[in-house]
Amino acid sequence: MEFVETKLGFQEPDVPPESVFNQCVRCGLCLPTCPTYVETLVETSGPRGRIALIKAVSEGRLDLTSPGFMHQMSECLDCRACEAVCPSGVAYGRLLEPARTQIERATAERRPLFARLVRGFALGMLFSNMALMRFAAALLRFYQRSGLRRFAHESGLLRGLNLESLEALAPAMSRRFFVPSGELRRTTHGVSKATAFMHAGCVMHVAFAEVDEATVRVLTRCGCDVVTPRDQGCCGAIAVHAGEMELGRKLAKRNIESFERSGADVYVVNAAGCGSTLKEYGHLFEADTAWSERASAFSAKVRDVTEFLDAIGIAPELGRIDGVVTYQEPCHLAHAQRITAAPRRLLASIPGLILREMDESSLCCGSAGIYNVTQPEMAGRLQERKVANIVAVDPAFVATANPGCALQVAAGIRKAGRAIEVKHIVELLDEAYAAYKPTSRASSARAASTLA
Amino acid sequence: MIVSLAPRVVGELREIAGAPHVLTAVEDLIAYGYDATWYEARPVAVVLPATTAEVAAVHRLATRERIALVPRAMGSGLSGGSVPLEGSLILAVPRMNRILEIDEVNRVAIVQSGVINAALQDAVESRGLFYPPDPSSLRQSAIGGNVAENAGGARCLKYGVTADYVVALEIVLPDGTIVRTGGKMLKNATGYDLRALYAGAEGTLGTITEITLRLLPKPRFTRTALAAFARIDDATATVRAVMASGLLPASIELMDRLTIRCVEENAPAGLPLGSDAVLLFAVDGNYEAIVDEELATIAEIASAHGATETRVAASAAESARLWEARRAVSPALARRTPNKLGEDVCVPLSEIGEMVRRIREIAQRYDLQIPVFGHAGDGNLHPNILCDRRNREEMVRVRAAAREIFEAAVALGGTLSGEHGIGLLKKQFIELDVGSAALGLMRRIKDAVDPLGIMNPGKIFPDPGGADAFDLP
Ligand SMILES: Cc1cc2nc3c(=O)[nH]c(=O)nc-3n(C[C@H](O)[C@H](O)[C@H](O)COP(=O)(O)OP(=O)(O)OC[C@H]3O[C@@H](n4cnc5c(N)ncnc54)[C@H](O)[C@@H]3O)c2cc1C
Ligand code: SF4
Ligand code: SF4
Repeated sequence: MEFVETKLGFQEPDVPPESVFNQCVRCGLCLPTCPTYVETLVETSGPRGRIALIKAVSEGRLDLTSPGFMHQMSECLDCRACEAVCPSGVAYGRLLEPARTQIERATAERRPLFARLVRGFALGMLFSNMALMRFAAALLRFYQRSGLRRFAHESGLLRGLNLESLEALAPAMSRRFFVPSGELRRTTHGVSKATAFMHAGCVMHVAFAEVDEATVRVLTRCGCDVVTPRDQGCCGAIAVHAGEMELGRKLAKRNIESFERSGADVYVVNAAGCGSTLKEYGHLFEADTAWSERASAFSAKVRDVTEFLDAIGIAPELGRIDGVVTYQEPCHLAHAQRITAAPRRLLASIPGLILREMDESSLCCGSAGIYNVTQPEMAGRLQERKVANIVAVDPAFVATANPGCALQVAAGIRKAGRAIEVKHIVELLDEAYAAYKPTSRASSARAASTLA
Repeated sequence: MIVSLAPRVVGELREIAGAPHVLTAVEDLIAYGYDATWYEARPVAVVLPATTAEVAAVHRLATRERIALVPRAMGSGLSGGSVPLEGSLILAVPRMNRILEIDEVNRVAIVQSGVINAALQDAVESRGLFYPPDPSSLRQSAIGGNVAENAGGARCLKYGVTADYVVALEIVLPDGTIVRTGGKMLKNATGYDLRALYAGAEGTLGTITEITLRLLPKPRFTRTALAAFARIDDATATVRAVMASGLLPASIELMDRLTIRCVEENAPAGLPLGSDAVLLFAVDGNYEAIVDEELATIAEIASAHGATETRVAASAAESARLWEARRAVSPALARRTPNKLGEDVCVPLSEIGEMVRRIREIAQRYDLQIPVFGHAGDGNLHPNILCDRRNREEMVRVRAAAREIFEAAVALGGTLSGEHGIGLLKKQFIELDVGSAALGLMRRIKDAVDPLGIMNPGKIFPDPGGADAFDLP
């Protein structure tokens, strides 16, 4: 006997497109690539199961706010490993993000007022206004360095406010921030090959200012002019992944306009997560033809910094860095942007550095934005799995290309009590350029030959 | 028919497998309701045991409570075998994923039934050994599912199918009795061959928990070559000629025009677009010069039969790319239309050209797109009827075309299924193939082993009066 009850379904706008989920033939090839599947071995926690659930909601067989559905949409890392291997071309990301938006909208009123305010502030203000983000980051830095942090921990204040995991997630803030100045930095060697718009990033520019600075140095060293316009902002990834499509669109428009005004040739990004969002701006404006064209034109100019450097060819004057490096593939580089060879070629070009591959290098490390806060248990399991794979190849460095991965991997390594340095690829390149000694003929010959 | 389990029974299942391994939420029931066909149904619950003892306890409970049990491995089946009939309990084996032993002296591997085929291949190859059965789904199918469907694969032309490698099994009978049959020895003429009975039984006679597989030494060299043809008839003639030449390649795979196009759209592998058909050959052996010479002979035969191009893969990477492309064919075809009905007919090698001609003729007559690919060297073809299930008028033609394809295969001395099994998809056609006497014997075996009919009901055997099973359940 069937009970007929009405289920809450998807509502326009931002409905997961039927044409996308119907493309899934359930071949199952994506299962072994899915971090949450390999950890649980439960079909529901895999891509094929999640697609089936989205389809069930769409067809009125499952309620949008059923606990299992909301759990699965949250447990998914949005790592896109499934999408990268799918022979049938299922664009999984185009299902998940709207599905989250739907849940977000349907449950907004149900959340406690405090939680709504914090979320609203974080997304609506911090990520929309970079000056405010820097101010908050300065406060955070004070908190982290001043002893206040110890007080908060020891007093139980954090636990009391239920903020423990969120607090642990906050990266150590950089000493200086990388503030977009609007100035044009000229190439330091030769004629300019291109003018690159440098995306400073939101979290990046306050917590990873060194990486931003290294990126500018490496780009100018490799023959590019670099502009960092002031009117740029957050790419919107955090908002889109959290199901705040409207806010995502607002942030997207700002960056598109900033890039159009700058007159630069390419839009270079050093955070893989931002890059994949920036390259997919087109999807945000599916219902808006005028903006969708502008967005697609913009997206076509976006390049990950590793992709860009590999394409233009890097300057060969690299000094030695001795040691073994292993490469942690950011999901949003390997899966969402399908960039896997360029980062490895760049690493291999540094004299002295030996690239040793770890197992499962493209399996998500469990970082995925605010995943540590929403799914702490799964995040921890994936972090441990990743660290075990890293430790097994005994490297001196882990190279990556995304701030979230760097944080998660570094925290895991610290927990395991190991001394392995985590670096962005551009940082290693930057150090290699700094270490270059014009007399060491051997190293330049080596560098030249790896580029040939 | 049960639509939900009594809380008492759920409680007992939790005691058996541990609470986190018993799933009853509606989302889980949706996710365990399908395989790689388009069938969909809802089980009453899902249990994921980790040991043979737990499996046996689940069986005893199911017997006592008269609950239908459906063994499920990775759900990559192409005949609906693991799709639960209404009211069934899914017994999923993916947690039983340990390789228990690789015995290099006796050249066998002992695995639990949830071990992924590719994981086993990697493990044995790292020791210079070789497990030949390589279904295209090797990354997403488990050995338990491979045995239960008697899976084949590209290399089965030279090396045989899954059943040829099963030397021992541990089986849990419907009532929970644990049976072990066979051993590490390669020959065994003692009593009925129960391993053969369970290979291809599709979970209708019990749950397989442990499998001992024969291994071979890994051939030191494998090379891949490709031949393109302007007419598919020339390709099938080449297959026959190569097989008649005295050579035995590891694989001869066929892809037709439409297949090539879908594959290239998915991930360009350098297949010659615009050819009517492509053959992919793999030759392996321990002596490089011989392998190369055999490949050269094959290329000559192909050219003599009208190949427009022959090409030997220059590197291991190129050859891996070609085989990766071949393995992705089935899902890649779905890029064209919302649905497809994948068939698995197998005909004697001598009839392969005729079978392909008849499929094309049927496609034309019913105005359908039916790309054909498959393991041509052993006569096993996968015509896939592209369709949109929502289009009722089209589905009438799809049904009729599918029936004609089956009839053609049987008329040519072939069979409905070479490797995917019967499941739900082909059960209404089985008698057409095996005849009433053999079907009657199969029924008697089923009734003797599973008198209560709790193991994977509704599969293999036709529903009385049912027209066909394409829309079920
Ligand atoms: C892209 C793709 C390519 C494929 N290529 C091939 C191919 O080249 N060759 C080929 O032969 N098949 C192929 N298949 C079909 C399928 O992968 C095989 O039939 C495979 O053996 C099924 O394994 P599974 O683990 O997914 O089993 P499932 O789909 O879970 O189950 C299949 C059947 O086995 C039964 N079963 C599962 N586990 C057990 C157990 N422990 N004990 C008893 N019964 C059990 C189930 O009840 C069901 O009837 C392909 C499928 C896909 C999607
Ligand atoms: S690989 Fe693609 S088609 Fe296959 S199950 Fe996953 S999403 Fe579906
Ligand atoms: S995006 Fe990642 S976590 Fe989510 S279903 Fe796909 S592979 Fe799994």
